Amino acid sequence: MSSNINLPIYMDYASTTPVDPRVAKKISDHLTLDGNFGNPASRSHKFGWKAEEAVEEARSHVANLVNCDPREIVWTSGATEADNLAIKGIANFYQKNGKHIITSKIEHKAVLDPCRQLERDGFEVTYLEPNEGGLISPEAVLNAIREDTVLISIMHINNELGTINDLNGIGKIAREKGIFFHVDAAQSTGKIDIDLSSLPVDLMSFSAHKTYGPKGIGALFVRRKPRVRIEAQIHGGGHERGMRSGTLPTHQIVGMGEAFRIAKEEMDNDKKRIQSLHDKFYESISNIEEIYINGDIENKVSNILNISFAYVEGESLIMALKDIAVSSGSACTSASLEPSYVLRALGRKDELASSSIRFSFGRFTTEEDVDYTLTLINHAVDRLRELSPLWEMYLDGIDLDTVDWQTH
Amino acid sequence: MAYSKKVVDKFENTINEPAKYNVGRFDPKEMNVGTGMVGAPACGDVMKLQIKCESKGNTHVIKDVKFKTYGCGSAIASSSELVEMLIGKTLEEAKEIKNIDIVEALELPPIKIHCSVLAEDSIKQAIEDYEQKQ
Repeated sequence: MSSNINLPIYMDYASTTPVDPRVAKKISDHLTLDGNFGNPASRSHKFGWKAEEAVEEARSHVANLVNCDPREIVWTSGATEADNLAIKGIANFYQKNGKHIITSKIEHKAVLDPCRQLERDGFEVTYLEPNEGGLISPEAVLNAIREDTVLISIMHINNELGTINDLNGIGKIAREKGIFFHVDAAQSTGKIDIDLSSLPVDLMSFSAHKTYGPKGIGALFVRRKPRVRIEAQIHGGGHERGMRSGTLPTHQIVGMGEAFRIAKEEMDNDKKRIQSLHDKFYESISNIEEIYINGDIENKVSNILNISFAYVEGESLIMALKDIAVSSGSACTSASLEPSYVLRALGRKDELASSSIRFSFGRFTTEEDVDYTLTLINHAVDRLRELSPLWEMYLDGIDLDTVDWQTH
Repeated sequence: MAYSKKVVDKFENTINEPAKYNVGRFDPKEMNVGTGMVGAPACGDVMKLQIKCESKGNTHVIKDVKFKTYGCGSAIASSSELVEMLIGKTLEEAKEIKNIDIVEALELPPIKIHCSVLAEDSIKQAIEDYEQKQ
């Protein structure tokens, strides 16, 4: 096989991305004495003014990518904090209007866990089921709306499947009913156009490290017109117009700004290149018998591909693919296997849910990486199926659903 | 997953050289073959173990073993380890093999003990099946 390839191959860009070297340079310029290290909140000297300038420039880059006003961007420690701030912030501020929230079963834990917390505080939450393809339909949202609904929180791109929800459709309904609409867009930036000047979205969460920026920094878009107000969750100095206190981490912020500036500039090229890698990968892998693509293939981004390999168990497949860094749908860390809650919500059988692998490509994935990965997958699936009593039964024409299994 | 080197080696050897590591099947209808299959797909592991015995009077000796396992890395390693323990043993000796023997041989982490229990169940069931045929 190819000799000039670096192993293991990184196929887990949806989990995190490496920092782009241009971003790393920008970050390192904002750390040391000879760099721009000041506290952006210092009003009394040039160190502070220069740092503030850098922070505001970065804010413009973020706003530019998603077409909003820079004053609508609030820095947070990441998308998780942005989700928390949006959901708890709206719930706390507007609880006099009602205590019902609508979200979905396939949200990231950064949305689900704050919702659970609010349930403990007396809120009621409706968790919508996705359709078979992993999409939340505007109709499902409409049907779940009650008199006391104050917030709808639905993700843009699902992190496990890559499926894209209809923000326009859902947002229009939210507007008509006068309900705030929050969107977790951690997976979206640099992959898909976002135009907040026309999208009916009130709050949107962003992450830097999914878009070649550093970890530990993100942002929340909070719409000014029509005005959206949130209750701060972190207090201590009133930074970010009182919505999020804490000294601004200049180096992280300029890193996110640079990453988003590059994302805007290179999105078209990145998209084209990744689409062609995806198509090559998809075409080749479709030749393997008994595989299932999870998530609506017609309605997804091309950097994520989630596949179930029937009759092969997920963890063993990941072990056999040790030269490829991927994510598994199953979290086989406990005595009982726990298939991904996202795949389960699609109605996949447990054994298919637990045999799933998420491949995600990015800016630095090469065609050689894809070729090598395909070779390894074919080999591993062949070997594990040779070892699988279930595959043997399948080849013998036995319907596994009719077998009387001895559960333990 | 913090697997011991023993689990990883056993797993890799087994998938890379299936024939050498007794992956395969016997005809379950043969009178000197005992088959055990335990676990369930929905639970994440299924082990199928087959023993082929030779009898000398009242003693039955396991001459050959074949297995197939669907499951996590340690489930595959556990069944492969068990298979090696079985060859050449009498049925009475084989009945003495306990899951803890596999745990110790592979240094299984605590959350993977169930893999060794499943392996023990599979040999018990295979022996039962064989004895019923005699």
